[in-house]
Amino acid sequence: MIPATVLFWALAVGAVAGGVAVFAVGSMARATFALLASFLCVGGELLVLDLDYLGVLVVLMMIMEMLVMAVFMVMFMMNPAGLMPMSMVHNRWGALGISGAVFAALAAGIVLTPWPHRAGRPPRDPTRALGLAIMGPKMPVMMGIGLAILATMIASVVLATRRGRYGDAE
Amino acid sequence: MTLETFLLLAAALFAVGLFGALSQQSVVMVMMGLELMVNGIVVAGAAFWHYVAPGAADGQVLVLVAVSVMALEMAVGFAVVTALFRARDADTTDEAGDLRG
Repeated sequence: MIPATVLFWALAVGAVAGGVAVFAVGSMARATFALLASFLCVGGELLVLDLDYLGVLVVLMMIMEMLVMAVFMVMFMMNPAGLMPMSMVHNRWGALGISGAVFAALAAGIVLTPWPHRAGRPPRDPTRALGLAIMGPKMPVMMGIGLAILATMIASVVLATRRGRYGDAE
Repeated sequence: MTLETFLLLAAALFAVGLFGALSQQSVVMVMMGLELMVNGIVVAGAAFWHYVAPGAADGQVLVLVAVSVMALEMAVGFAVVTALFRARDADTTDEAGDLRG
């Protein structure tokens, strides 16, 4: 049995390394799988926190999402098959400066904030607690998500079809 | 393994994603950056649930919302990229700067 701390650090390094690799590798298909590795590590972190259902949900959902993403990546790939080497970034140093400053500010806030003490104890079955919450007091959240999913389905179909709402555009 | 270490991991993921969203030229790579930022939110939500208020399910619900946002963002993002590519053969942010201030 690996101690949870070792597992946490291994997964944390994996998650951040995967995230960095997304923007470091030259191929957008490889970037997709680097992002998938990062997501899988985050799913593992949820499992470390005893969130069994959400951890497995993130792992399964992200595998499917990244497989779909890989198809689109191939469709819109810059520098396909390494035949057209090009820079895929603009304003690299500005972006590095901004994101570095954001990380420093967040880290300072995290270290300096007096976080509250733990209130309550984890339920015996967190999944059951989640299910009872979203079917009870948190139901408006899930209704909102449901509406958003419906709106997304309609909007994405409308946007992606060649014909518009009123027939051919031309 | 404390709340702070988990939040630092979340902040690192968020910052890496922000770098990608700001620096990438390809619209789909910008979306990868946004996904990475939401990924940080997932870690932070789970950590807050575990270390601050494990008695209430709020943190878990937040993770659920963040995961849904990831999926919806990707679906709408790809639809917009497809529409943009159909309309004017553009797949980079520099070719779609109409609303630039």
